[in-house]
Amino acid sequence: MEFVGKILFMAVMAVFVQNFVLMRFLGLCPYIGVSKKLDSALGMGMAVIFVMTMASTFTWLIHTYLLVPLHIEFLQTIAFILTIASLVQLVEMVIQKTAPALYKALGVFLPLITTNCAVLGVAILNIQSEYSFIFAILNGLFGGIGFSLVLILMAGIRERLERAELPASMRGMPIAMIVAGSMALAFLGFSGLKF
Amino acid sequence: MSILIYSVATLGTLGLIYGLGLAFASKKFHVEIDPKIEEINEILPNANCGACGYPGCAAYAEAIVEKGADINLCAPGGDEVIKHIAEIMGLEATAADNKVAIIHCQSGGKDNTHLRYIYHGIESCKAAILVSDGPNACNYGCVFQYDCVRACKFDAMHIDDNGMIIVDKEKCTGCGACAIACPRDLIEMVSIKKRVHILCTSHDKGAISRKVCGNNTACIACTLCVKKCPVDAITMENNLAVINYDKCIVCGMCADVCPTSAIFDPLKEIRAQKKAATKVKAEAIKKKIEEQKAKENKEDK
Repeated sequence: MEFVGKILFMAVMAVFVQNFVLMRFLGLCPYIGVSKKLDSALGMGMAVIFVMTMASTFTWLIHTYLLVPLHIEFLQTIAFILTIASLVQLVEMVIQKTAPALYKALGVFLPLITTNCAVLGVAILNIQSEYSFIFAILNGLFGGIGFSLVLILMAGIRERLERAELPASMRGMPIAMIVAGSMALAFLGFSGLKF
Repeated sequence: MSILIYSVATLGTLGLIYGLGLAFASKKFHVEIDPKIEEINEILPNANCGACGYPGCAAYAEAIVEKGADINLCAPGGDEVIKHIAEIMGLEATAADNKVAIIHCQSGGKDNTHLRYIYHGIESCKAAILVSDGPNACNYGCVFQYDCVRACKFDAMHIDDNGMIIVDKEKCTGCGACAIACPRDLIEMVSIKKRVHILCTSHDKGAISRKVCGNNTACIACTLCVKKCPVDAITMENNLAVINYDKCIVCGMCADVCPTSAIFDPLKEIRAQKKAATKVKAEAIKKKIEEQKAKENKEDK
């Protein structure tokens, strides 16, 4: 029971309280770039969940069984980047083969997951917080879910804003920035959660 | 020393494993892309103007190959591009209907325009017409802040000494960016062969539009052109003559009959030249026939 409670706690923490986009300000590029359409936001969200979970798994294994025994933890960043870049490449190839429509919708943002700081962020945070293997994977999964949640919320809002009557100078990016700010303020409310 | 070796070895091994893995995956998940798309994309002008109706040159190239889009949609590329695309696709080239921008109103240039006040705001048509419907006495006319000239990506619009906007029909690609930029919808894209157009967009009653027009080319809705047009291409809509270019045969009769010269026919001279040329030709042929007849008559005798 205690284990389930811990998992739930971690889920709430990663999705709401310590949301990667709105509280840690990681992964802002796809948050603004891919949130124009709900469909592509959904696809991007799924891709990021997958990559973050996989990245957490592999980077934890590499750190624990390769870098720590050899006392070369200073190679953390470069080894993680190498792993994430290869993973993203693999995901890109698989998506291009299996779901061409999704591949087209994601466009340039799929290879950009490589430089999505949320992915590297979750890998490094896992190590810093000294999570166990299972919890590192779960942190990656819930972090990805939190990212997808705000991305999809943002896409929904922006799809409605497309039809809203706005002054020409506010249309597009300016109003998106204001919405992003308001969402961050709303998520700030979660930081008061106590368990 | 051992740390140095370990770090090099670790990263080297990781890189090798990932590289081999990706190489294997790229073989397994290989996707064929039609080489035609790339070829067409290279031929297109890459101005990404959007005149074809697709988001950019790459999207248009893809649409041609995969969805069978028309190959004559690229206005900036012109006939040259159409020919090349036709070669790649193995189709017959169909000539593009070259369109050019025509400007319906120029208010007679800066010197002649009747003004209500002098505008000293930011240099933008959109801003100028926000100030009590613009500085012009006419509520429909050009306000000379040149949003259209700034919108032109092909340097096809120039401003003359009197502030009039001149469209360079050689450079104009018909992309329509200026027409979108004009807040008063004074610019229309018309086929280069049918450039006869009305120099007025005023929906005011004839007496008012004539009084405020600096160019003295206001349409006073007399309907003479409507009556004169042999193919019923002109209609009077809300005090303004409108030409239907699908019907227009470019005879120039409306321009001749208009009492305020509100209909501009830039093709008149070209037509006259052509007419004269055909006349000379016809006479030459006539002469030849007569000579031949005379000759035959002589031989008969």
